[in-house]
Amino acid sequence: MSVKQSTTASGAARSLARSRPRYGEVAVKVVLLAAALVSVATTIGIVFALVEPTIEFFGSVSIAEFFGSTSWGPLFNPPAFGVWPLIVATLEITLIAVVVAVPLGLAAAIYLSEYASARTRKIFKPVLEVLAGVPTVVFGFFALTFVTPLLRDLLPFLNLEAKNALSAGLLVGVMIIPIVASLSEDAMAAVPNGLREGSYALGASKMITSVRVVVPAAFSGIVAAVILAISRAAGETMIVAIAGGFKSVFTLYPGDEMATMAAFIAQAGSGDASVGSIAYKTIFAVGSLLFVLTFAMNYLSARMVQKYREVYD
Amino acid sequence: MAILTTPRSAVQLASKGRPLKEHLFRIALLTSLAIALIFLAMLLIYVVNKGWPRLNSMLWENQPSIRRPETSGIQSGIFGTLWIIGLTALMALPTGILAAVYLEEYADKTKWYNKLIELNISNLAAVPSIVYGILGLGIIARWLQFGFTVMTGAVTISLLVLPIVIISAREAIRAVPPSIREGSLALGATQWQTIYRQVLPASIPGIATGSILALSRAIGEAAPFLMLGAATLVRFNPEGVWSSFTVLPLQIYSFITRPQAEFSVLAAAAIVILLAILLLMNSVAIWLRNRYQKRW
Repeated sequence: MSVKQSTTASGAARSLARSRPRYGEVAVKVVLLAAALVSVATTIGIVFALVEPTIEFFGSVSIAEFFGSTSWGPLFNPPAFGVWPLIVATLEITLIAVVVAVPLGLAAAIYLSEYASARTRKIFKPVLEVLAGVPTVVFGFFALTFVTPLLRDLLPFLNLEAKNALSAGLLVGVMIIPIVASLSEDAMAAVPNGLREGSYALGASKMITSVRVVVPAAFSGIVAAVILAISRAAGETMIVAIAGGFKSVFTLYPGDEMATMAAFIAQAGSGDASVGSIAYKTIFAVGSLLFVLTFAMNYLSARMVQKYREVYD
Repeated sequence: MAILTTPRSAVQLASKGRPLKEHLFRIALLTSLAIALIFLAMLLIYVVNKGWPRLNSMLWENQPSIRRPETSGIQSGIFGTLWIIGLTALMALPTGILAAVYLEEYADKTKWYNKLIELNISNLAAVPSIVYGILGLGIIARWLQFGFTVMTGAVTISLLVLPIVIISAREAIRAVPPSIREGSLALGATQWQTIYRQVLPASIPGIATGSILALSRAIGEAAPFLMLGAATLVRFNPEGVWSSFTVLPLQIYSFITRPQAEFSVLAAAAIVILLAILLLMNSVAIWLRNRYQKRW
């Protein structure tokens, strides 16, 4: 809105003032556009960095082996390139994280948006933002040295390994709570008061109004928040590298050590694979897969917002 | 009882029907929020408690040592982090703010290339940081031949936080009401004069808040640096932008991965330093927002 108004306003002013272009103004616009194009160059750089080694990788390893077998060990001798153990580990840790973060984040958002007084919100929202600012190495450390030993003491029958998907997933979940909470709260705050008042006027309670009116009205924003949180969880590296481990076995049991796509990239990229080797190119193949996965989710999230956005006056 | 804290009018009337269920629902919501906060508190207490024996001047006066974890410090990590953050601020903040000005003040949103830039920025914000590490490794370190230096790290991290800077700066600029612009233009100022003298000064608090949050994200990042060969134990401070380096989060990671218990204590102590810096930055950002937030 404001942009449209300001550009038309300036356009009108300029046409009154002078018909000759001001070269200084044009130069400024070019510089600003160049700054905006840095982001496009970044994307091109990412794609460029990923594509060439990925093509080389698929020159020596067939796509059928990559997606068709369930044994992963590019650093072993003989190497194995079935990517499913990494995909399964990534999905499993993401699933655990979502199970933790969506109910807690959504409930926190409903509380902050519908129940909390302005003063309470002013205190709690920044604290949630602090949680979002905790570096992921710190979460990883906490998972490895506190959460895992605690779970082993409390629930010995789980037979947790020292590194395991459960602790990593729980902490990834805690990491994404603020994303779910903050974005959902924004969406709920944008629901006009008329809807709430209408609901109360029909005799609905606060709970009914929150759950049946406000949440559905903010649904597109909430779904977008959840999808963004999922893509953040799928790409999270340090927590899963520290607390989840690097052992790629094809397993579904969350008590086992397992390597996600990001953890593999971190392990192989931090010097375990020699430059130019097929193991080294594997980093880029897995990186491409991760990039495509998160890109697809982000696209989906943008589509959800567009498609299901409810527009009120 | 609890319901009394909400606005009186309609709510009280509505809640009379099923007080217990309402009450339980409210408690469940509050509990969810509390779990997140208690978790944060537990984490803080745990790291301070665990790192306490090593929270002394040796920590920042000494360089890291594999053989003597009990006297090892983290000086190279602290200096490396300062270098990276300083350069990131120099590169990412101006670029991000200028891009935000373009998108808010100049871009015609019906044009395909502006739509592309918008879509691109929101996509970049969701790209995993380890993928930025691959970008740094493949393009900046190898293709541009910047090597594994402070410069490579800073450029990579700048690109990583750029979308955050752009998005938050745009929000700050958008919050400046059109009447300010119209007033300036009506007095004969050009568009850039209007932006430079009216819009940007008015949006500085918002931009500063977003910038601090973006830089605190940069301070905590470790994953991209793993790809940039900075993982090994660096025993010297960077001497310039072409020097090799390590950063605090990566140093913490390398301590965590060592088996001896002393390294775990050292990691906790280093985490306390890292969190202290971040909490300080966060509080400045929150203070800025509360102090200077304008309602037009």
